[in-house]
Amino acid sequence: MTAAGICTRRITILTGHYGTGKTEFAVNLALSLAAEGAQVMLADLDNVNPYFRSRERKALLEEAGVRLIAAPQACVDADVPAVPAELLTVLEDRSVRGVLDIGGDPAGARALARFQPKLLQEDCQLLYVLNANRPEVRTAETAAACLRAIEQTTGLTCSALVNNTHLCGETTAADIRKGAALAAAVSRETGLPVLCHTAEKRLAPGLTGLDAPVFPITIHMKKPWE
Amino acid sequence: MAKELWKGNEAIAEAAIRAGCDCFFGYPITPQSEVPEYMSSHLPKAGGVFVQSESEVAAINMVYGAAGAGMRAMTSSSSPGISLKQEGITYLAAAELPCVIVNVMRGGPGLGTIQPGQGDYFQATRGGGNGDYRTVVLAPSNVQETADFVQEAFDIADQYRSPVVVLADGLIGQMMEPIEWRPVPKRPLPAKDWAASGKKGRDHTNVINSLFLNPEECDALNRRLTAKYAEIEKNEVRWDTASCEDAEVLITAYGTPARITLTALDVLREEGIRAGLFRPVTLWPFPERALRDLAAEPHVKVILDVEMSSTGQMLDDVRLAVEGRKPIRYLGRAGGIMPTVEEIIEAAKTALKEAQ
Repeated sequence: MTAAGICTRRITILTGHYGTGKTEFAVNLALSLAAEGAQVMLADLDNVNPYFRSRERKALLEEAGVRLIAAPQACVDADVPAVPAELLTVLEDRSVRGVLDIGGDPAGARALARFQPKLLQEDCQLLYVLNANRPEVRTAETAAACLRAIEQTTGLTCSALVNNTHLCGETTAADIRKGAALAAAVSRETGLPVLCHTAEKRLAPGLTGLDAPVFPITIHMKKPWE
Repeated sequence: MAKELWKGNEAIAEAAIRAGCDCFFGYPITPQSEVPEYMSSHLPKAGGVFVQSESEVAAINMVYGAAGAGMRAMTSSSSPGISLKQEGITYLAAAELPCVIVNVMRGGPGLGTIQPGQGDYFQATRGGGNGDYRTVVLAPSNVQETADFVQEAFDIADQYRSPVVVLADGLIGQMMEPIEWRPVPKRPLPAKDWAASGKKGRDHTNVINSLFLNPEECDALNRRLTAKYAEIEKNEVRWDTASCEDAEVLITAYGTPARITLTALDVLREEGIRAGLFRPVTLWPFPERALRDLAAEPHVKVILDVEMSSTGQMLDDVRLAVEGRKPIRYLGRAGGIMPTVEEIIEAAKTALKEAQ
C-alpha cells in the first residue's frame, strides 16, 4: 500500500495509546509521501513522551524534503507542553500534505483540542493506531475505550484503524497477525474500517491473506545502541 | 508466556504491584512520571493504596509510616526528587524499615535536564543522607531486568529490614522493550513482628524510631547495622560479564552505557580488538573482588570506565577494586548526553594504545 493510499485526505492525524508506534508510523508515512512526490509537513505534537520523538529524526526528514514542525528549540528538551505556532501553516496552507504525530493517550491528544474548529474546516482524517502487544490496549474493550476518550478530548471523529502491532526488534509475522485480529475486533466494536497493517519489509512475505493491505515501513526510531 | 511490550516506567510500577506492594507514595517528575501515573490507576484495583503526596519529602515520610506499620511500601522519583528524600532514607535505614526506592536518573547537578544521567551513583551507594548507613542498590540495564529487580527489591528489603534502591536511568524508564513476567527467586522472609501495627496481645509495644539519645543505644544500632551490611556484602553481590575471557581492554559500565558498550564490543571484536565488559549489577555491594580478580588476569592490559557522569563516580569503586594493578581510563558524558557506540570504540582503542 502507498502512503497516498493511506493519506486520502490532505491532513492525517495519528493518535493512539503511547507505545503503539505512532511516531515510527508518522515518520515512515511522511517520508513515503515525500518520495511519492507530495510536499509534506510532519508536525511533532508529542508533549507526553520526553524521549523518542519524531523531532529526533529532523535531519533525516529534512534531507528527504519533509518539513518538520516541532516545539521551539528552547522547549525541545523541556518539560513544557508547548504546541508549535507553525502548526497553523499545515492547517492554512492548502498546498501541503500534513501528517500530525500526536502524543499518546487522551492526555497527549489534548494538544490538538484547541485546533478542533479549524481542523473541522479542513480536509482531514483521524487514524487510530493499534498495537496488540501493549498491555494497556491489548483487548478490543480497552483499545476502543482509549479511542473514545481520545475522540472526546479532541472533539474529532476517528475514521479508520491502523494495525501497527510490533515487539521492537523481535517482531514476527505472528505479532502482526495477532494485531490484525485485535483490529478486526475493534472494528466490530466501533464500526471503523481497518485501513492497513504496517510491517517491516522483511516480514512482508509472511503476511499474505490479511483483510487489509500492508504498508511497508523501515525502522527509524532506534535506541542508542541499535 | 508470550512477550509483551512494556515501557520501563510502567514495568517498574507493574512489578511492584506483582510483588505485593501495599502502598505507593510519589510525586511526578520527568522522566519517571509514568510510575505514579500507572500506580494511580492500577494499584487501587489490586487492593493497594496510592497517594500523590504534596512533595517528595512527604512521600518518603509516608513510606516511613507505612513501612513502620509492616506494609510493603515504595516511592519513586528522578534525581532532584531523590535528593529531597535523603533525610527520610536515613531515618528508614536507622529505624531498620524495609522499603523500595526507585530513582530514574536524569542529568544533573541541580534541576539539570530531563534527559538520562548517572550522576547519583555516589548518593545511592554511599548513603545519601547523614550517618553511617548503606542501601542495597540494584542497577538494571534493560526493561526485563527492571521488572525482575523491582520485584526482588521488595524481598531483599524485607529480608534485611533495609531500604533498597533500584537505580535506573531515564532511557531505561522511557524506552519500550519486549519482556516476560517471570517469577523471582524465593527468599526466606522473617516475620514482621517488629511492626507498629497494633499490640495484638504482646507484652511490649513496638516502637519505630530513629532517635537514640543514649549513646550506648546508638552505638548498638550502629554495630547492628554494620553487621547487617557485612552480611549483605557476603550474600548479595552481583555482576555480569561479556567477552571477558581474553579481554585486553576491559570496559566497566552499568545501566544504559553498559548496553551501548555491548554494541561497541561487537564492532571492536570484528576489528580484532579483544574488548570485554564487566557490568556491576549491584552497585552496593560493589562486586569488588570479582573485578579485582578479573583485572589481575595477565590478558587485561587496561580498564576503561564508561558512565553518564562528567567526573566519574563508579570510577572510584573501580579504582578501589583494581588497586592500581592496571591503568584505568575514563569516558564520561553528562548533562543528558549519552556516550555513543563510536565514542566508546574510540576510547577503548586509545586506552589500549596508551597501555601498550
